[in-house]
Amino acid sequence: MNSPHVPQTARIVERVQESDDIFTLRLRFNDAAVQDSYSFAPGQFNMVYLPGAGEVPISISSDPEERTNFAHTIRAVGRITHGIAQLKPGDEVGLRGPYGRGWPLAEAEGKDVFIVTGGLGCAPVMAVIHYVLKRRERFRRLIILQGVKHSHDLIWRASYERWAQVPDTQVLLAANSTEALWPWHVGSPIDLVAQAEFEPAHAISMICGPEGMMVAAAKALKARGMNEADIHVSLERNMQCALGLCGHCQLGGHFVCKDGPVFSYPEVKALLERGGL
Amino acid sequence: MPKHFLPHSALQSLIDVLAGQGYAVIAPQARNGSIVYEEARQADELPWGVSLNQAAGSSRTHQDGHSRCFAWANGPQALKPLVFAPSEPLWRIARTESGFAVEVDEMPKRPLAVIGVRACDLAALAIQDRHFLGGPHPDPHYGARREDMLLVAVNCTHPASTCFCASTGDGPEARSGFDLALTELDDGFIAQAGSPAGERLLAALPLQEAQSEKIEAAAAGVRRAAESQTRAIPGTNLRDALMARLDHGRWQEVGERCLACGNCTMVCPTCFCHAEVEQPGLDGSDSLHIREWDSCFGERHGYIHGKQLRPEISQRYRQWLTHKLASWHDQFGRSGCVGCGRCIAWCPVGIDITEEATALLK
Repeated sequence: MNSPHVPQTARIVERVQESDDIFTLRLRFNDAAVQDSYSFAPGQFNMVYLPGAGEVPISISSDPEERTNFAHTIRAVGRITHGIAQLKPGDEVGLRGPYGRGWPLAEAEGKDVFIVTGGLGCAPVMAVIHYVLKRRERFRRLIILQGVKHSHDLIWRASYERWAQVPDTQVLLAANSTEALWPWHVGSPIDLVAQAEFEPAHAISMICGPEGMMVAAAKALKARGMNEADIHVSLERNMQCALGLCGHCQLGGHFVCKDGPVFSYPEVKALLERGGL
Repeated sequence: MPKHFLPHSALQSLIDVLAGQGYAVIAPQARNGSIVYEEARQADELPWGVSLNQAAGSSRTHQDGHSRCFAWANGPQALKPLVFAPSEPLWRIARTESGFAVEVDEMPKRPLAVIGVRACDLAALAIQDRHFLGGPHPDPHYGARREDMLLVAVNCTHPASTCFCASTGDGPEARSGFDLALTELDDGFIAQAGSPAGERLLAALPLQEAQSEKIEAAAAGVRRAAESQTRAIPGTNLRDALMARLDHGRWQEVGERCLACGNCTMVCPTCFCHAEVEQPGLDGSDSLHIREWDSCFGERHGYIHGKQLRPEISQRYRQWLTHKLASWHDQFGRSGCVGCGRCIAWCPVGIDITEEATALLK
């Protein structure tokens, strides 16, 4: 039986510890034909299966043009991701995907790109940052606004410092609480939207983080003059099948797994601003 | 379509002909005070003389001694578990030296013929067909069971007090999606084919000519079934009305009565939520990956990395009702409620969807 529920086996080719509880796995499908035909868009996700434990949806954090392998940046937070954190290069996992609608990168070409992320890591937008930096000439200004709860939650700190030196790129960082030697903003990342140098009428925004933060960021961007339809958010819901069948990710008229996880803000605004849905 | 008369005495022929065509014949049977759909070989296994009283929070059969076998509305389940299994394996793994191998079981091939399908359940089946088979990833498990299924509808002549299919527009008469439709009288059925398979079936049965008074009596029975329904959903499209009332005080009020047991979602013929669950073998050498029915009232449904999106029961009731009666229109082009009334009868505290919807509109 040919079933969309069934994963393929893939092998870990590299593992990088990014912080205490965040790690990146580089993976390759065991079946060369599967690997060759596998392609994805930034913002899409795979279902990653830990043998004997179960599956979790994880966004793909590598560049879509790297065709020999792909990467997942994962935070060990639940039962299955803690298990995946124990795996080493050479170990096998199950994988099926890619699923969902990714970021509107084609639409972003020729525009200012304003990325807002909150919380730890936020792999879905990391893929976009790398994507834009690698194809810098196709985009206008790049604004990277990242908020963390505590300054020690900021991973890839060296990368942010490097990106801040790239022409036409602005890096804005905020932490609600900090340790010594935090040169950036203390407080909410939303405060920094006002400092961003960009052209709101010719910009596209991609936001990833806790829903309350995304709602606040969208409001702040709108106040700067951005069109709501140019604001995009990546949503998280319980996802078990990733095929639009199991019902867990239903949000209003959407199944987040197949209609999202990336939505233009007007599509989900009323539901997000409400909460508890 | 021409109408025929099938005497009660010929019901055994219907079962035998279907069995002879290779079908496992499923028919309603009275069991433990309820009506269940199970495999039947003999016509006398059907609920002859049985009546069913349903009210908010209760459902009881009793033997009335009448001559009919479909003088009741519906049991807790009908078609849903036959096509969308309550629990089934999706795949399994076996550990190997280099890692593990994934294996998939073949689906058993034994087509089902179901006798006694109600109009509400046919409407629900059309929704489930669209959900499981109409999207970009058709479900092969549902598809294999559905593919060769034969459906013998029985128009409803004895609705329960909990029924409201007339107000949703889905019953009591089966209008499409069946192979054969029957309407019961005291001595037999008015029969009508709804597909070529139904035509072939009729040709193999000992039919009698349907007298016009019998045809009229059958039609009157279905008409009465519609007219006698006392409950009604207040409108077939409540999408905008409910989405405009997400802060209505009634959500809190019903949330205090609701036990979040999930019975309503289990008996609902259109609810399709299911969980994927891993069942590892005790020695760790293999593992089974199954799916099983899940409910949006459960603790795990809205769980996401350490957080419960809908911690309050009132939020879960709102999720269920606004999906069923509102967002369903966006996803399926119609309401998710077919008026079967099961969620009313099988709710342990008797929460009534028609009453809640009505109160929310105020």
